[in-house]
Amino acid sequence: MSGTTVATRRAPAVRPPASRRPGRRNRRLLYWVATHAIAIALAIMFLAPLIFMFLTAVMSSNETLGGGLWPKSWHWGNFGTALTTDHGVMLHWLLHTLIYAVLGTVFMLMSSVPVAYALARFRFRGRKLAFVLVITTMMLPPQVTIVPMYIMWARFHLTGTLWPLIIPLMFGDAFSIFLLRQFLVTIPKEYADAARVDGCGEFRTMMRVILPMARPAIAAVALFQFFYAWNDYFGPLIYTKPDSWTLAVGLSTFRAAHHVEWNLTMAATLLTVLPVIVVFFLAQRVFIQGVTLTGVKG
Amino acid sequence: MTASRARRRHRLRVLAFMSPWLIGFALFFAYPLAATVYFSFYRYNLFQLTPIGLTNYRFLFHDPYAWQAIKNTMWLVIVMVPLRVLFGLGLAQLLTRIKRGGNLLRAVFYLPFLIPPVAATVAFVFVVNPGTGPINNLFAKVGIHLPDWFNDPTWTKPGLTLLALWGIGDVMIILLASLLDVPKSLYEAAAIDGANAWQQFRRITLPTISPVLMFSAVTGVIQTLQYFTQAMVAANASQGNADQAGTTTAPGYPDGASLTFPQTLYNEGFQQFNMGYACVLALVLFVVAMFFTLILLRQFHAFGDDD
Repeated sequence: MSGTTVATRRAPAVRPPASRRPGRRNRRLLYWVATHAIAIALAIMFLAPLIFMFLTAVMSSNETLGGGLWPKSWHWGNFGTALTTDHGVMLHWLLHTLIYAVLGTVFMLMSSVPVAYALARFRFRGRKLAFVLVITTMMLPPQVTIVPMYIMWARFHLTGTLWPLIIPLMFGDAFSIFLLRQFLVTIPKEYADAARVDGCGEFRTMMRVILPMARPAIAAVALFQFFYAWNDYFGPLIYTKPDSWTLAVGLSTFRAAHHVEWNLTMAATLLTVLPVIVVFFLAQRVFIQGVTLTGVKG
Repeated sequence: MTASRARRRHRLRVLAFMSPWLIGFALFFAYPLAATVYFSFYRYNLFQLTPIGLTNYRFLFHDPYAWQAIKNTMWLVIVMVPLRVLFGLGLAQLLTRIKRGGNLLRAVFYLPFLIPPVAATVAFVFVVNPGTGPINNLFAKVGIHLPDWFNDPTWTKPGLTLLALWGIGDVMIILLASLLDVPKSLYEAAAIDGANAWQQFRRITLPTISPVLMFSAVTGVIQTLQYFTQAMVAANASQGNADQAGTTTAPGYPDGASLTFPQTLYNEGFQQFNMGYACVLALVLFVVAMFFTLILLRQFHAFGDDD
């Protein structure tokens, strides 16, 4: 399981054997300077778009057209203007995004946890097949089934609302099931056996014994689900209408509605990005553990 | 008697725990997949369902948009996917060499991946646009004139690739984790034998992490097959006439250069309401994605056998 502890572990140093020869030491110093210089240059390149995004967001409208790099005066009010423009339409998008994200995350957990638990800890015929099908549905592009799904939701008169995005999460989410299952198989069987000896039923064993131990994995899938909803563009683009748009869909139209006002567009973009970054830094370890858990080992 | 009753109880318990997924699988996967096949033989615009046999399939072979999209998607698979894996590996390798501030650097490289794709694309299109974009301006000041990325058909896919390299965080983290898992003792033994850094990388690092490299490459291909958001938003933002979400007057702006396969599907199904033909496109996507999923499943095989 060491793959999941990147956050705390040191890199294994690839060091040539110690040597007193000065030539070797100089080469090592040169190597050290080179790697660090490259790393810092790359870091600047990675941050540059974000920095310019921020600098543009606090410029005046005219300045963004002049191609200036640094704002002459700082217009902090742009953030407020972005939020309140068009009768505060951004706040509506935010509200819809939160409904999709929060409700979806709660439903996803209620439905996916028991399935992952069964796949990880029960022995039954067809278990392997079920697991393979979970991975398959996780991997296949959502566009494959979108036409009949749209037709189905249209028949229920639910297109134009957030429900076609939320309701499927009541029936398990393949990615979350996969990630939770990968974590649950690592918990030793003895814990569940001990609980059973104490007279716990399977449901109580899951709720009282296993789930508290699986808290990091549950936090990870909850975070991923929240981020997924926040970032999702395809789903809301298909199902929602302007009065139920989420941030992602709304933001994609922002540029056109304010076509010369790059400062407001960048302010709105930053407002969309900010919560994600704050949440990530608060829960960095959980997040990275989750990513490596899906990518590296079982 | 008691044994069979216990077995029945076990079966019921399995069924109870699995039921959300069983229902979900039938309702949101098996049924729509079957329906996709069914609709592919019809002309359907949400109001009128007309059986037309194989016409939709025949049309696919004469549809210039679909072919353009297939070509674009193949370009992305051949260029963008390997570049992403290589760049991710390079960054991860670099991070293993850095002692102090390594955590901070890792966060910096990971950050762009977290940015919602729509926001990242809008911002990226702006900072590299030729007239007012700060990055293009910065380069112009030192005499380098960057291309008009998202308005020039030649540079659109390279521009999208650059955007994808900026959001490399997920690949980098997975490769970093696997690099840190390579047993240290192997390197020590190799160093004693006099192997240099390149030999160590070639003979120890690469073979040990090759399953993870393979995983990143195949998931990269699967993600590229559903590449939609960035291409669509980049076209909208650089063209600047998206007053309705997802509308570009010319799909794949500029000149079809950013038209990907899922976009053709979206355009046929949800802009033109050729639902039947969109289903044919969905089936093509299904077959290709399934092929790569099967490759991945072979890698996951070990996970299924763990006890």
